[in-house]
Amino acid sequence: MKSLKMKKEFKVIAELLPNNTRVLDVGCGDGSLMNFLKKEKNIEVRGLELNQENVQQCIHKGLPVIQGNAETELHQFPDQSFDYVVLSQTLQAFYNPEEVLKNLLRIGKAVVVSIPNFGYWKVRMKLLFFGEMPVTKTLPNTWYNTPNLHMCTIKDLFKFCYEKNINIKQVVGVNEDKTSLIKKSNLEIKNLFSKLGIFLIG
Amino acid sequence: MPSLAGLFFWMNRKIENINKITITKPLKLDCGKTIKNFPLAYETYGKLNENKDNAILVFHALTGDQFVTGTNPVTNKEGWWVTAVGPGKAIDTDKYFVICANVIGGCMGSLGPKDTNPVNNQPYGLDFPVITIKDMVKAQESLLEHLGIKKLLCATGGSMGGMQLLQFCATFPDKAFSAIPIACSSSHSAQNIALNELARQAIMADPVWDNGKYVSKNVQPKNGLAVARMVGHISYLSEKGMQEKFGRKLQEKADYEFSFNADFQVESYLRHQGYAFVERFDANSILYITRAMDYFDLSKQYKGGLVEAFKNQDTKFLVISFSSDWLYTTKENKDIVIALNASGADVSYSEIVTDKGHDSFLLNEPEFLKTLKGFIDSMYEKFKNEKRI
Repeated sequence: MKSLKMKKEFKVIAELLPNNTRVLDVGCGDGSLMNFLKKEKNIEVRGLELNQENVQQCIHKGLPVIQGNAETELHQFPDQSFDYVVLSQTLQAFYNPEEVLKNLLRIGKAVVVSIPNFGYWKVRMKLLFFGEMPVTKTLPNTWYNTPNLHMCTIKDLFKFCYEKNINIKQVVGVNEDKTSLIKKSNLEIKNLFSKLGIFLIG
Repeated sequence: MPSLAGLFFWMNRKIENINKITITKPLKLDCGKTIKNFPLAYETYGKLNENKDNAILVFHALTGDQFVTGTNPVTNKEGWWVTAVGPGKAIDTDKYFVICANVIGGCMGSLGPKDTNPVNNQPYGLDFPVITIKDMVKAQESLLEHLGIKKLLCATGGSMGGMQLLQFCATFPDKAFSAIPIACSSSHSAQNIALNELARQAIMADPVWDNGKYVSKNVQPKNGLAVARMVGHISYLSEKGMQEKFGRKLQEKADYEFSFNADFQVESYLRHQGYAFVERFDANSILYITRAMDYFDLSKQYKGGLVEAFKNQDTKFLVISFSSDWLYTTKENKDIVIALNASGADVSYSEIVTDKGHDSFLLNEPEFLKTLKGFIDSMYEKFKNEKRI
């Protein structure tokens, strides 16, 4: 079930990325997204990943990966050295997401960022009616062991981009198998019904 | 126990029987001198396949030699990288053709300071030209030519072997499909130069050394050489690893002897390592090889620095460092990764978490060996496909 849902996100990301481009996947995990991009789109992929076991899995798959921390080690990638930089569901886990985003926009000509949407209705319900920090499929951890330090909603990231003068090219909302384009006009409703938000910015 | 002179004779006789090529092409050394018609000793493991796409070149470290695995026929001991190379191992000799050459300046059959100087028919000693990592690598490239290998599947090496590898990739950018520099540096640090100087001073302070002229007297400055080796052995371990291995344990005794004998296990270990080493290594070779390491600074060779050194690389790199290695630190290895990245090269990097220090690359370190195997096997698939296209 989980892998199916993951694949949906990857498919959306892959659709945003043109064939034969150069892509850096920050926090690439075991390399499933990189593998997908490489095989489906002939994209030249590179990964950055902290976890040693994940790094090993990427290497076994023949995927180039650098073991390191995106928070502190993005400086090693030169300006505009990639067509796209992908950051899948990790923005909220950084100490300084603003700095990370700035770096991603420096490295890539464009950036794809996906976030678990804290504005999703089930998340809101949990907090509103139960008075507890939400635990859902996309946010599986409890408050004391979650890696997520800076949860935000799709609307928050919209606002952030406007305030920082970051160009929003496209936003896709994902709910289970359904995807939809998010614009200013439908932002309120999509912010309520999307589990994930996938932003193409830069 | 044979006399030292007898031992030398016996070792030299054995060395006569090892694989060698004579490199006739003159090699202009960095120091300005030229050598020609010189021997390069090497060993191979496994079989080169018909497509010649399964060759892996291993560069050895300071005190290594060409006998990577199996039994070293000269010392009758296990090859230095038996943990990683052999049938069914990470670098599987059932599948790959592994080549390793003794570096020039060494003492296992390749031209070195204990060989005879044709000018005066005396052993070279300090008349041997000062060599560099680049000189070593150029000599080994001739071996590939001799073996008919146009492009290696992979080249790898740890420590000084990794330094040779970086030089090899910079000097011959199209000779290796993939490369694995392990626990090394692109320029020798002040600390490492200092440790090498300690080793050299230990040798030169031994009166037997006699300005390097000991060879003609069939003796060896074994006290100095043993101390040089002890310095090395300390630097290959980590503080924590050493504490765990030895602690304050005493060597086969219940209490202190109140003497300067080896009371502690760690002392006994160092003495053993030091004096075992003199039986297989030449003191002048240590001087020459450590000097080559100290002179190594890849960024200095290129105007644009290290990034320029790696420009136009098609080689796929995997850099590996060990968390407790204080000789060739993670930071130094990461600097290589950063330069490779900046030059647009295809580079992977992994830091293996271990307490075993610099020595880790020679030990049975499962995470390291898994990474090595995963990379080489996946590179082989890619290389085969690329060749087919």
